Amino acid sequence: MSLRTPLSVVLGRGAAGEGVSHWWAQRVSALALVPLTVWLLLALIRLPLTDYAAVTIWIASGWNPLLLVLVMLAVFWHSRLGVQVVIEDYVHTHALKTALLLLNSGAHLGLLAAGLYALLRIALRGAV
Amino acid sequence: MPERPTSPHASIYRLMHTMVLSFLHRIAGLWMAVGLCALVYWLMSAATGEHEYEQATALFSAWYFRVFLLCGLAAFCYHFVNGLRHLAWDAGLGLEKLQARRSAFLVVVVAAAAFLITGYLLFAPRASVL
Repeated sequence: MSLRTPLSVVLGRGAAGEGVSHWWAQRVSALALVPLTVWLLLALIRLPLTDYAAVTIWIASGWNPLLLVLVMLAVFWHSRLGVQVVIEDYVHTHALKTALLLLNSGAHLGLLAAGLYALLRIALRGAV
Repeated sequence: MPERPTSPHASIYRLMHTMVLSFLHRIAGLWMAVGLCALVYWLMSAATGEHEYEQATALFSAWYFRVFLLCGLAAFCYHFVNGLRHLAWDAGLGLEKLQARRSAFLVVVVAAAAFLITGYLLFAPRASVL
């Protein structure tokens, strides 16, 4: 007989032992993206997008670099979680599923790193 | 191991418009996930230099890329509005069958209006420039 209470056995354990953190992360990132994407869309509408100088000056000015970094973090987090669920729902071959999940995480992380690097390079161009 | 239930049971239900909206939410999300490549390419080109940025805008103004980006904007408008519907459900609001079917129509109307307005503002005035 185990002395562990039934509560301590199940606490924080979902199907994969990670509880509901995935579900919450998807919603929290969605909430963050509501104001962030509206801001970005309005900014893109106002910007002359073919004008290199105007675009890079806008990216580097004021609070824009910080907000853009937040957009990137939230959007890549949300996208990775979303694509992960689609893979888990429709791919039932274990090996293929594992490979696609790894590819999903790797591609999102790699692209995010590249995007943040590009943003910082533009934002800090005057400083370096 | 016993046979476990798998999700989603897309093929055993009679097709409803609410189901179509649910599929569309995923397809729109996947479309934008691919679009993230374009977003990063755009930022990288701006970080590299003026010549590379001009190459990027030239690519973005090609007709097939325009179609891709316009679909991406439509996907964003729909995923955004339907995402608000999902967040309302998560808060316990509008879960009744009739409410969910009505909000489905509302989502389509609002998303279509948002797409037409933002699509016009983003693409139409620049058509001659790009």
